[in-house]
Amino acid sequence: MTTSAKWHNPLRDARDKRMPRIAGPSALVIFGVTGDLSRKKLMPAIYDLANRGLLPPGFGLVGFARRDWADQDFMKVVHDAVKEHARTPFNEAVWAQLAEGIRFVQGTFDDDASFDNLASCLAALDAERGTGGNHAFYLSIPPGAFPTVVNQLKRAGLAQTAPDQWRRVVIEKPFGHDLKSAKELNRTVNEVFPEESVFRIDHYLGKETVQNILALRFANQLYEPIWNSNYVDHVQITMAEDIGLGGRAGYYDGIGATRDVIQNHLLQLLALIAMEEPVSFKPSDLRAEKVKILSATRPAEPFEETTARGQYTGGWQGGQKVPGLLEEGGFSPESKTETFGAITCEVNTRRWAGVPFYLRTGKRLGRRVTEVAVVFKRAPHLPFDDTATEELGQNALVVRVQPDEGVTIRFGSKVPGNTMEVRDVTMDFGYGHSFTESSPEAYERLLLDVLLGEPSLFPKNDEVELSWEILDPVLEFWARKDEPALEKYKAGTWGPPSADAMTARTGRHWRRP
Amino acid sequence: MIIDLPSTTTSQINSRLVRLRDEGGATTLGRVLTLVIVTEDGQRTDAAIDAANDASREHPCRVIVVARGARQAAPRLDAQIRVGGDAGASEVVVLRLYGELAKEGASCVMPLLLPDTPVVAWWPFDAPVSPSKDPIGQLAQRRITDAAAEKNPIKALESRRAHYAPGDTDLAWTRLTLWRAMLASSLDLPPYEKVVDAEVTGEADSPSTDLLAAWLTDRLKVPAKRFKATSGEGIVEVRLGRPSGAVDLLRPDGKVGTLTQPGQPSRRVALQRRSVRDCLAEELRRLDPDEVYAAALKSLAKVVKGRAHTAKDEAPAAAEATNGSAPKKSKAKAGS
Repeated sequence: MTTSAKWHNPLRDARDKRMPRIAGPSALVIFGVTGDLSRKKLMPAIYDLANRGLLPPGFGLVGFARRDWADQDFMKVVHDAVKEHARTPFNEAVWAQLAEGIRFVQGTFDDDASFDNLASCLAALDAERGTGGNHAFYLSIPPGAFPTVVNQLKRAGLAQTAPDQWRRVVIEKPFGHDLKSAKELNRTVNEVFPEESVFRIDHYLGKETVQNILALRFANQLYEPIWNSNYVDHVQITMAEDIGLGGRAGYYDGIGATRDVIQNHLLQLLALIAMEEPVSFKPSDLRAEKVKILSATRPAEPFEETTARGQYTGGWQGGQKVPGLLEEGGFSPESKTETFGAITCEVNTRRWAGVPFYLRTGKRLGRRVTEVAVVFKRAPHLPFDDTATEELGQNALVVRVQPDEGVTIRFGSKVPGNTMEVRDVTMDFGYGHSFTESSPEAYERLLLDVLLGEPSLFPKNDEVELSWEILDPVLEFWARKDEPALEKYKAGTWGPPSADAMTARTGRHWRRP
Repeated sequence: MIIDLPSTTTSQINSRLVRLRDEGGATTLGRVLTLVIVTEDGQRTDAAIDAANDASREHPCRVIVVARGARQAAPRLDAQIRVGGDAGASEVVVLRLYGELAKEGASCVMPLLLPDTPVVAWWPFDAPVSPSKDPIGQLAQRRITDAAAEKNPIKALESRRAHYAPGDTDLAWTRLTLWRAMLASSLDLPPYEKVVDAEVTGEADSPSTDLLAAWLTDRLKVPAKRFKATSGEGIVEVRLGRPSGAVDLLRPDGKVGTLTQPGQPSRRVALQRRSVRDCLAEELRRLDPDEVYAAALKSLAKVVKGRAHTAKDEAPAAAEATNGSAPKKSKAKAGS
């Protein structure tokens, strides 16, 4: 370690901004490699990284699953996944080089022999491909299997490192289903892997627009002076999906929208929008600010008025007849799982006191959209006739996370004509539709960061636990009292009436995204 | 959509652009820069426009093509506007200048620049001797040339060195990025030893090979040796000598490289030659002066032109002779 710390690579120069950061020699082991995520996102992302020249020449990809496959079968699966889903064009030379490092280990999680096979496979890769004993384990598996797998990794000696080597583990949401289970999960993982080598994937944080929130806020002079309770009326954070839950009952039933989305994605977005300026963009400084703002965040009470939940029913959506949740296969006909959740948060800092943050998410809503809307107060005095500003709403700055990434500003403008009439117009920064075609997928960025050991875009255990601290009181309240009632909403609408009631009680209303 | 405006003026072009925007919606919104492409009419202008359109998917821009036509003709400006499917995520204005107007490209470009956004000039083929003093070059923050596309690439590179101004860049340098990254990351691994000598082998007329040797000379503080390859395309081999053994990156076929270093198995590396569109997209990513490129250019004179490489003894003597004179000339210039 000491030699590498002292070594200054003469070919590196901070001014050399062109030079891409290539990951060092390493191997990535994917558990649950037969899953959808692995085929549609991970494998294509790995190929795209290789195609952009960002993977090291000594790179190994190891699949671990129950299937009775040989290396070639697995290679074929990866090949097909890459051909179908990769972002960059298929290049035979790149593929040939990547394929040399592809291995498959057949086994089950409770079988010691399989993990011993994995260990010898990785040792062989180190020797043949020079992966240097650096291994990342991607657990694309149900959280119930985490303890077994991490303990197996430990038993097989795969978690210990020699000097100048690293081991990293990548886990996916859900990070528990409440504070207690999250702590337990963190403990299980941290017993084997120290926190600095745990990478929790929240693919939203890999999106360019989300990272752009930091640039928008901290690189500009324009927004900072008004980014506080003197000017901001409230903030709305929405993540809506138009798809239903067909086929996902096993994961979703009993979990619900609030745990699935608000705990991780929406509270992370809230942290980025509300946090103070970090001292620097070093991962530890960035995280310090996120932790600070999350620890100042509380759900607003009384919950029967400040929260809402709902469940979609069947109907016509976008020209298709869709089933309601209770008719979806796998869900119990009595399921009380919410497919729409909304909460109100208050951030108890000088900057944000009195500004409600409304967070909502749901399935089978009007359209697929994720956005953050900062809605400003009305001008204190309007020197116009009442009739002139009747149609004027509140100014708003909207960060569109997906789709159609970009930023919209809404403000009042005069309607052409000989009377003074002011109406809302929008000014649009179309960051999205032009840039995205060529900008990397979130998973590309995140996988590369794992291999580079760059942790800024991954929530740490304290952030996860703080999010549960915010959410737990609401979840407990919902479980204890049946208030607000779990209301039905028709597929293709923007949620149940209680959602509108929770903003209307303070004279506000949801934007239609 | 392609709209031809024969024998026109820039104000007519401008009003047509505004009208297009009114009719077609927000076509000019969100442009981040203006890219001015300077060519001679009849050169492979369309290939350059295609590359710019591809790059515009990452950097939405307005592309202005200045195609200089016959100098003897009567002065005339023919314009063509391309938007929508014919222009990627950009809008393209092709200006064909004839007669006396051919020398006055800058005056035609000026009214069409997007307000308050960076201007990048690109000469995909022959560049002016001093890009920063060229009238169009003076409008731009960033001036992109391509030594490899000129008639005498090595001489072109030498001219880049002599006339460098902050903001200049050359695609011969952009083509090196993957090589440089690969070499840098090979030195990230143990043994952490000083590089004592460096050798670069490549085609005789490959300016990228010269630049790579110059960059290594600058960074490693040892004069790198530059050899001519008898086969292969572009850069063929780089060797970094260290006490415990050399790092060697060999790409005989212009596609796949082999990286050999002590203590590691030898590995294959995908190192295909980069397309112009790729290089252009990289260039547009940063618009500040490239100091590392400037330092590499400065070190060009320190590169040792190797005698025939041991393995390639039969290198033609004629090429040797012309090449041998280059360093002397550059030294003289550097001294003046």
